[in-house]
Amino acid sequence: MTNTLHRYSDHYACERIPNPEPVQDDYIVFAMSSRGINDDNLVEKYRTFLTLALKHEPVNIGDATKGGLIRPRQDMNPTAHWRREHGPDAEQVMAGIDGPTTVAAVFDNYQAMKDFVEELKAADLGISINISAPINEAQRCCRESDLSRHSVEYSVGFRGRVDKLPDATTLQLSTMCGHGMVSANFAKKMLEWVKENRRTPEEAARYMARFCICGVFNIARAERILSEARLMNR
Amino acid sequence: MKIDPHKCVACGNCLPICPMGAIYIDPSINRAHINTDECVECFTCYRGMSKEHLNPTFVRAIRKTAQFFRFRFDPEPDICPTDAIVPEDLSWPRVVRRAFSDPQVPHESTGIHGRGTAEVKTNDVTNRVNLGEAGFVVEFGRPGIGARFRDIERVTRALAELGVEFETNNPVTSLMTDPSRGVIREDILNEKILSAIVEIKTALDKVPSVLKEIRNLSREVDTVISVGVSTRCDAQGNDRLRAILEQEGYPTYRGKTNLGLGRITRSPSATDQQS
Repeated sequence: MTNTLHRYSDHYACERIPNPEPVQDDYIVFAMSSRGINDDNLVEKYRTFLTLALKHEPVNIGDATKGGLIRPRQDMNPTAHWRREHGPDAEQVMAGIDGPTTVAAVFDNYQAMKDFVEELKAADLGISINISAPINEAQRCCRESDLSRHSVEYSVGFRGRVDKLPDATTLQLSTMCGHGMVSANFAKKMLEWVKENRRTPEEAARYMARFCICGVFNIARAERILSEARLMNR
Repeated sequence: MKIDPHKCVACGNCLPICPMGAIYIDPSINRAHINTDECVECFTCYRGMSKEHLNPTFVRAIRKTAQFFRFRFDPEPDICPTDAIVPEDLSWPRVVRRAFSDPQVPHESTGIHGRGTAEVKTNDVTNRVNLGEAGFVVEFGRPGIGARFRDIERVTRALAELGVEFETNNPVTSLMTDPSRGVIREDILNEKILSAIVEIKTALDKVPSVLKEIRNLSREVDTVISVGVSTRCDAQGNDRLRAILEQEGYPTYRGKTNLGLGRITRSPSATDQQS
C-alpha cells in the first residue's frame, strides 16, 4: 500500500506553491496482515473490515489482488457503447477475498473515515490498520478516537527527472493509482474528453477507476478534479 | 505482451492505456505494435481493458466505411473490440519486469503483492523500525516513468558506501549479489520495470544526510525517485521525524499512519507449524 503514499497534490509541486489548498476528500483506511503473526481467519477478518467500511459509504473499496468496486469485464458486447453498467459491485469485492492480500476503503470525508476507524477499534480484528491521508487529519482522527499512533511514514516528494512528469492535474489523477495502472496519457485523454463534453466527469472517473487494481482510486476526488479542470482550463 | 496483428483493428484504444507509452500504430502494417524494450509487462493493457471479442474483419469494414464518410468515432475508450492483446510466456531475465510491474504478482521473496514491501504498515507487529530509527522507501520509476535496474544499482552502490542497512525482506535486496556493496545481479541491469522500492534503515539523526545523498544521486539517474521516510512513535503517539524533515525543508503533508491495532493472534504452535 505504498501505492497510496505519493498521491500528488500542490503540496508536492516541484516548484513550491504558496498556501496550497488542503485535500479534504481523500482518506484511505487499509488493513494488512503479517505472515505467521496474525494471518489466521484472514478471509473473515478482511470481510469484516469491508462490511464495516460499507456502513460509512466509501467511494471505493478494494482487494489488492482482485480489484475495486468497478472492474473491467471480459464479456462485453457492442451494446455496451450505449448501455454500459458503471455501477459499483461491493459483493464482487467481498466474494473475491480468498487469502493473503491488502484490503482498503476510500472515503471522501473526514467524518466517515473517523467513524469507520472507531468501529475498527471496537471490532479488534488484530490485523494492522493504517490511515493514508494528510498527516494532520490522521493524527486528529487518532486523538478523537483515543488511539495512539504506532508509526508514521511521510511522503517527502519526488526527485530526479521530474521534467519527465506530466502536468499537475494529470498527476493528481494518475497518482491515485500508485501502482501506476492509470496511465498519465489516459488521464490526459479523459481530461480532454470531459472538456469536449464527450463524457461526463462521472463517466471519465469510472473509466480510470477500472484500471486501479487494488481499489484505492478515489472516484469522487477524480470527478471533482475533472469538473474543476473543465471550468478552469487546466 | 504482444498484439495479435490478425485480430487488431488499429482502433488505438490501447495506446493511451499503456503506462509506459510503449504501444503505437505501426504504419507499415496499420496495426498496433508494442515496443518490447519499453514494455514493462505490467499487464495493464491485457487485464485493464474490457473485451468485446468482435470479428476483426467486420470491425475493420465498419471503421473503413465510417472513415470514408469522415464520421467521428465515439467508442468506449477502455475496450479492446477484438481481444487482440495476448500475454507471452516470459523467461529470465524478462520475467523480472512483470514481477516488479504487475501488482497482481506476489513477490517470491516476500509473498506480498504490489511492490512487495511491508515497511511500517505492519510495524505494530513486526517492529521493523524501532524508536530512534528511520526507515526509507526509495522508489524508482514512480509515478509513471519506469526505471532500469542499472539506475537503481547506481544508487544502491552509493547508499551502501554510506553504510546503510538494506532491508533483507525486500524484493530488490533479494536480487543483490552483494548487499554490503549494493551490487545487483548483472543479467537484469538492463531490464525496465514500472517501479521498484529500495528499503534502508538508519538512525533518526542520519535522516538529513541520507536524504541529501539521495537528492544528489537522483541527479545522476534517468528516472524519477519518490521517497518516503518512516519512524516509530513514542507511547504518546508523537514522533521526532517530522520536525527533522521540516527543518530540512521537505514536505510532510501526506503520509501513512499505523494505528497500532495489530497484535499476535496466531497461536505459537500454529506459527511453528507454518515456519
